[in-house]
Amino acid sequence: MSTVIKVNDLGKKYILNHQKQERYIALRDVIAQSVKKWGARITNPLAGRDEIDLTREEFWALKDISFEIKQGERVGIIGRNGAGKSTLLKVLSRITEPTTGRIALRGRVASLLEVGTGFHPELTGRENIYLNGAILGMTRSEINKKFDEIVEFAEVEKFLDTPVKRYSSGMYVRLAFAVAAHLEPEILIVDEVLAVGDAQFQKKCLGKMKDVGKEGRTVLFVSHNLTAIRTLCTRAILLRQGMIIADETAAQAVSKYMGDIRVNMLFREWTDENTAPQNTSTVLKKVFICDDNGKQIEELYTDTAFNVAIEFKVKEEGASAGLTLLFYDDENNIVFSSINNHEVNWYGRPMPVGVYKSFCKIPSNLFNNGWFSLSINLFGKGFTDSQMTHDTLRFEILDGLHVRGDYYGEYAGVIRPLLEWNTTSLKTKELL
Amino acid sequence: MKELSEYEIVIEPGRGIDQYWRDLWHYRELFYFLAWRDILVRYKQTVIGIAWSIIRPFLTMIVFTIVFGKLAKLESGGTPYPILVFVAMLPWQFFANALSESSNSLVGNANMLSKVYFPRFILPASSIIIGLVDFLISFVILLLLMIWYQFIPDWKVLTLPLFLLLALMAALGFGLWMAALNVKYRDFRYIVPFIVQFGLYISPVGFSSGIVPGEWRFLYSINPMVGVIDGFRWALLGGEVQFYWPGFLLSIALTLLIFAFGIWYFRKTERTFADVI
Repeated sequence: MSTVIKVNDLGKKYILNHQKQERYIALRDVIAQSVKKWGARITNPLAGRDEIDLTREEFWALKDISFEIKQGERVGIIGRNGAGKSTLLKVLSRITEPTTGRIALRGRVASLLEVGTGFHPELTGRENIYLNGAILGMTRSEINKKFDEIVEFAEVEKFLDTPVKRYSSGMYVRLAFAVAAHLEPEILIVDEVLAVGDAQFQKKCLGKMKDVGKEGRTVLFVSHNLTAIRTLCTRAILLRQGMIIADETAAQAVSKYMGDIRVNMLFREWTDENTAPQNTSTVLKKVFICDDNGKQIEELYTDTAFNVAIEFKVKEEGASAGLTLLFYDDENNIVFSSINNHEVNWYGRPMPVGVYKSFCKIPSNLFNNGWFSLSINLFGKGFTDSQMTHDTLRFEILDGLHVRGDYYGEYAGVIRPLLEWNTTSLKTKELL
Repeated sequence: MKELSEYEIVIEPGRGIDQYWRDLWHYRELFYFLAWRDILVRYKQTVIGIAWSIIRPFLTMIVFTIVFGKLAKLESGGTPYPILVFVAMLPWQFFANALSESSNSLVGNANMLSKVYFPRFILPASSIIIGLVDFLISFVILLLLMIWYQFIPDWKVLTLPLFLLLALMAALGFGLWMAALNVKYRDFRYIVPFIVQFGLYISPVGFSSGIVPGEWRFLYSINPMVGVIDGFRWALLGGEVQFYWPGFLLSIALTLLIFAFGIWYFRKTERTFADVI
């Protein structure tokens, strides 16, 4: 088998701008900043020219990545949020340029980082098939040839001439995936698109992707769905902090990844305010799991009630700080989220500068046993200025034996609430 | 098993002018589909659709004719004032539309930029097509006006596409530059409408450039649209319009310069679009 993808010493560097939280730069800010800099130089000409700009930080999203992929291989890319998976796909699909290294690709590449890129709500299903096909790199004659197949796969025959803005979200996704699934590239790059659509359609998509591989095409697939990776891929690459940790069979890499995510992390503290997670007005100091007295807990059971404690500092006088907690299971499905907007003391009120501590009480008998992670979203007034921090804590919920009663098997599901059951007798034998 | 095509791509930092133009050719159908989308969407979302591209220049023409022709009583060199204005209105509207559309094209399609690869040049380039369609529609109005005033152009009308090309190059060159700047500095979305509004008054749309004093005429031609509008009048209005060569050559030279600079700047910044948008 010939090599179709060859990656050598690939690296991608981003410059992080700590000071600015705006989504984009405005020219006026740039001008204002340069004026400020000049002013400082004039008033204080002796200050070192080579002072380090603290607001700018280099960040390597990918570093020293090298691998080869042969024709017909189906390769999964796994890793935690922020490990560099999406950046790698973006570089491979030429959306963004690498900072170092070299990639050689042989064959036509199609990348599917999102379903329905370029879909226009005003256009009909038929028109969008052509438009989206062209955006994904198909020629008109190819689309003509595949048109009926696409329509059949998407199950939208009746609505072909309806603007897609009137489609249900299911139909929309089906149509979008159908176009992409009928691309015939030699190399297909897919990012997490299977997370959409109903279960039956997901199955259909997985089947389609398997077929694509069988036809001798090469597939690169990023997903948090480890089952999909295991069944679909022949090989998997595990990334951690932008570097390759493992590159082996899918089963081996997945189990290594499981080891990676299965480490208890019940306490986090950020001592350096500059690098701590923050938005413009608030910075996180500590996040940990504790009991009602604020004492840290080392082991969690399904029947333990516990608190997530968050210590944060308000840097701006009168800022309003909001918190959202998001809990994920170890396949990165979100279990539930909670926003502190019911908090009675401070929520929505201007907060003086200082350090605050929030408790979020998690009742007992909520989680099933298993591994979970916590992401925290900081936000400001009116749910703006939000800053998400993934993987702040990781914890295992152990089986709390005494709620089980006489059952010793597995409980299905991600939560295991202890619900009230009640049976009464309606008629007894004597009355019949 | 499918045979591998020999199509080979190399991705490296700062690479690839030859590959870029090859890709541009490969994605030519995307260019066509994007232009087609813009046209479809434009006429689906508006109530009176096509009429917009007629009403706007027509009303502007009436206002200009009254203000410059009737109130200010400017010299028209014998041509009916409405025709004098409308002939200039056509390239000006085209330039203004093309410039606004192309400078917004990247930010307006931000999602595509960050999710799919294609030569980015296609976006601003295809957004100009809708301006061309509007131009053709307004052109029909001009023909009707000419029939109304029984005005017959001579052979020089055949040179018209050249002047249109000049307007296109000026708009695209400038538009590419603005589009790239707009990705990084969103202030430019306020600057472009200002340029367009301002430009209408400093270009000879409402009056003939013949009324500009001779010693200033060369300087006046720094505005590339002066050359284009003069060219349109010369081609359509016949012998009654004097052609001012030095100014026209200056306009051509500046347009070529803007066009080359636009492409150069766009190519230079293009690779970071997905990171900053």
